[in-house]
Amino acid sequence: MRDNGDLNFRKGLNFPWLIKMAWRDSRRNRPRLLLFVSSIILGIGALVAINSLGHTLQQEIDRQAANLLGADLELSSGKSITPAIKKIVDSLGDRRTEQRSFSSMIYFLKSGQTRLIQVRALNGEFPFYGEFETTPSVAGRSFRNNQQALVDQTLMLQYNAKPGDSIKIGSTSFAIAGILRGAPGQTGLSASVAPVVYIPLSYLAETGLEQKGSRINYKYFIKYDRPVDINNVVDRIESRLEAEGMDYDTVESQKEDSIRSFSDVTRFLSLVAFVALLLGCIGVASAIHIYVKEKINTIAVLRCLGARASQAFLIYLIQITGIGFIGSVMGALVGTIIQQFLPLLLKDFLPVKVTIAISWVSIAQGLLLGIIISILFALLPLVSIRKISPLNTLRISFEHTVIKDAAKGVIYGLILLFIFTFTYMQLNGWKQSIVFTGSVVLAFLVLAGIAVFLMWLVRRFTPDSFSYLWRQGLANLYRPNNQTNTLIVSIGLGTALISTVFFIQTLLLNRVTLSASGNQPNMVLFDIQSDQQLRVMNLAKNFKLPVNGTVPIVNMRLESVNDITAGALEKDSTIGMQSWIFSREYRVTFRDSLIRSEKVTQGSWTGSRGVSSSPVYISVEERFATRNHIAIGDTMVFNVQGTVLQTIVGSMREVDWNRVQTNFLVVFPTGVLEKAPQFHVLMTHVPSVEVSAAFQQAVVKEFPNISIIDLGLILKVIDDILDKVGFVIRFIAGFSIITGLVVLIASVLISKYQRIQESVLLRTLGASRKQIFSITALEYFFLGAFAAATGIILALAGSWALGRFTFETTFRPPLLPIVIVFLSICALTVFIGLVNSRFIVSKSPLEILRQEV
Amino acid sequence: MNIKKVSKTYQSAGRTLTVLDDINFFVESGSTVSIVGPSGSGKTTLLGLCAGLDHSTSGTVELQGIQLENLNEDQRAQVRNQYIGFIFQNFQLLPTLTALENVMVPLELRGEKNIKPRALDLLDKVGLADRSHHYPTQLSGGEQQRVSLARAFSNKPRILFADEPTGNLDAETSGKIVNLLFDLNKQAGTTLVLVTHDLDLASKTGRIIRLKGGRVVADELISIQNPVSSIQHPI
Repeated sequence: MRDNGDLNFRKGLNFPWLIKMAWRDSRRNRPRLLLFVSSIILGIGALVAINSLGHTLQQEIDRQAANLLGADLELSSGKSITPAIKKIVDSLGDRRTEQRSFSSMIYFLKSGQTRLIQVRALNGEFPFYGEFETTPSVAGRSFRNNQQALVDQTLMLQYNAKPGDSIKIGSTSFAIAGILRGAPGQTGLSASVAPVVYIPLSYLAETGLEQKGSRINYKYFIKYDRPVDINNVVDRIESRLEAEGMDYDTVESQKEDSIRSFSDVTRFLSLVAFVALLLGCIGVASAIHIYVKEKINTIAVLRCLGARASQAFLIYLIQITGIGFIGSVMGALVGTIIQQFLPLLLKDFLPVKVTIAISWVSIAQGLLLGIIISILFALLPLVSIRKISPLNTLRISFEHTVIKDAAKGVIYGLILLFIFTFTYMQLNGWKQSIVFTGSVVLAFLVLAGIAVFLMWLVRRFTPDSFSYLWRQGLANLYRPNNQTNTLIVSIGLGTALISTVFFIQTLLLNRVTLSASGNQPNMVLFDIQSDQQLRVMNLAKNFKLPVNGTVPIVNMRLESVNDITAGALEKDSTIGMQSWIFSREYRVTFRDSLIRSEKVTQGSWTGSRGVSSSPVYISVEERFATRNHIAIGDTMVFNVQGTVLQTIVGSMREVDWNRVQTNFLVVFPTGVLEKAPQFHVLMTHVPSVEVSAAFQQAVVKEFPNISIIDLGLILKVIDDILDKVGFVIRFIAGFSIITGLVVLIASVLISKYQRIQESVLLRTLGASRKQIFSITALEYFFLGAFAAATGIILALAGSWALGRFTFETTFRPPLLPIVIVFLSICALTVFIGLVNSRFIVSKSPLEILRQEV
Repeated sequence: MNIKKVSKTYQSAGRTLTVLDDINFFVESGSTVSIVGPSGSGKTTLLGLCAGLDHSTSGTVELQGIQLENLNEDQRAQVRNQYIGFIFQNFQLLPTLTALENVMVPLELRGEKNIKPRALDLLDKVGLADRSHHYPTQLSGGEQQRVSLARAFSNKPRILFADEPTGNLDAETSGKIVNLLFDLNKQAGTTLVLVTHDLDLASKTGRIIRLKGGRVVADELISIQNPVSSIQHPI
């Protein structure tokens, strides 16, 4: 007997032959193989498009950085100019301009309509880089020298105003010099939140809006005519700026901010697109699973003839790599086409004009991602090839064909690792990446679990009394090689994504609408001066509007908490306070009693200071206190417009922010702030749009300094923003739904051979075409119904959780949209299922057998 | 080929099912052997074990002096590639490969070069030179089995296993295939192990091993009836 150890077993894989075999084996399957990868094309396309846009945007921001700021340096402050500030500003740059901005009402003289806007009073030559985009173009410069204004284009459209018309701001009229279409750093979205009107700074005093206590933001734009290292300049003056409570922005910091915020947007959208890609990959895995089953005999023959397990496996891995590459190239092509439309989609969010350019980096990333992910997911079914026994040549139904394989566990691990790595590259944070990966896996598991449960339910509880067509249609959901699980996961997750975006949009709008339902206040008048209080209240009463007095508001800044100052907080990150605690402006009120939207949870409420020498016990909102580690008895020192005031935290309040009330983080007792510069707020309830318009006109006419917010406006602004944001998210999430449908098309076509055999058998046994058509229609209806219902249930659960824990409001499922989404998905599934099966249903059994079997 | 005390059992529903029990026989190089028996007697299982397609539960299978039990699946695959040829009842041609490519596969697996002339020569011997670029679906059952024969001899096997080689063919085509099989086998001097329930076919081999219930019930030497030669050129 020969010693086996002496046998010279070959080691090499004969790679050229493997490639040749992969090519040969693909001959009759190429269209099907392309169909397998069709489900990843859209996912790759969406990713390439978003990343290309991100890349292009970054380059554009880089190129147009100076135009974003309009100057070399910008200083801003909430305080009016002091000698110290003036000294700093005067020491900087070769050219300077000043801008004061604040909220006020605009009054269109022709139509008599009013609206809350942001007034920017400007002098000098700003912008030093870029320009105001105006119609006519000269208006951007000419308005500064006359009693003229530039009015935002959305306002002009909304109020049907034209250049030359007159507007009134405060007590002064301005002629509209032109339509403002763009200003440095301004996006369409910021304009719709607070439409801007520019007026010359020299006319600001005439408006009468610049009064003590007014909330004005002061900006100084600095331009150097000679090359200067701005960072050096900033380093030199930083401590002085801090001391004066001033912020600064350089071209570089503005650029970084813009890039950062757009990176956040593109990363978020990338993740949404990534979900579409993952869904497509499930489709790939499912299709390859069926493909491998069909290939068992071929593989067994190769094994019989002497092919090693690794060689058989590699033949198919090479095929998948090839189609993964082709799919990715097609995806990159689709992505490059979609990219052309993204700037249109995102136009309201973009601070710069984007010139579309092909981003080869993004295309390369997309190709790599497509190949890796299609291989990873295809590996799940492919590893079974290693275990296919040559015995299958002798016994077709060899029972050990598919056996459990530890390698699958490794592949699942690799897939998880890949999802996590991709997410980490987008989010740059361990915690968020783990949460995202966990959520994706959980959603997949829940959907797959529901699919398995549904199949069990159908199998277990389909009544025998159902007609044959119904029973057969239902049975198709759990028969061998069914696609129920794949389709419920892919279509269900797509539905869930789209529905969640829609539900959250509805939830946020409802929250605002509900908060002002009934007789709750729906209009806020602010900037009321002390001497105007009575007259404003009387005016409201004349309009028969309910008034419960006015609320005083005093602006102040926080100097220290238990002797911790802004400087100390910056140096010591272990303090645990939020960075904005010292930089923000606090709007504070004083009163002797609690209001309905608040209750004391800790300490005791002090309504009045008593004698002037006693300590000032203030009340702090409890979540603000918790986040900043502020406790009862802590000392908080405020700067009330120049006067330093030491207080002690006497109580904590829980505040219901959902109610339209004048709610405050900090409430002072009476007897402290009465003499401080202050303005007043009045809340009322207007019964109709007509009364609201008439009242607003009367207020603006008589009290030009008073600003008005009515809930209708807030609702409109929120609706507008949510619509714009929601549309972008829905557009990208839409790729998931389409991917789900592509997976559906692919799975119908892939299982065509199996269906042909069944159809032929049924037709031979006497089933009519109509009956087979009905069975197919019922099967797809159930698939669509289960997938849509599962997706909607998941979206409802997600929206409820978001409503409960993030937005702290009750989520009420919108019934009509749910029904519409459900029926649309069902109809689409049935339509696609039937269109792709019509070939099987409409031809004679013999004809099909000759062609296909 | 030396089969010693070979048994094969399966576990099914908690019970042990014995398919082959204590099989012993020796096949001399160049001889022809039939394994016959009724359905379920274990013929195909025995063929699978002899050809290294499966492991026996006990006993040893020795092929060309190599004990197959000691080899892993990949090593057995190489043994098959080097020493064994196969003919199957349902032809088992690779559907995406042409007739010529099907014949070339065993040689390609060996990494041999310039194999096309040899494969074409074999196709010529089985009378299919003009169909070399046809796919299996474009060939009749008899033609497919002839391609299968060419493939089986392409790697110059020492031993040829045939599992019901005429099981899927009509009588006339069967006769032609059998003649071709025996002629090619004789000219190549290959050992032939044939599994069949067709006693006429079995009687063309020099020895018949009868199986029943997983055991050898008879092992008889018979006089060989030479089939009519259909081959013009030796291999």
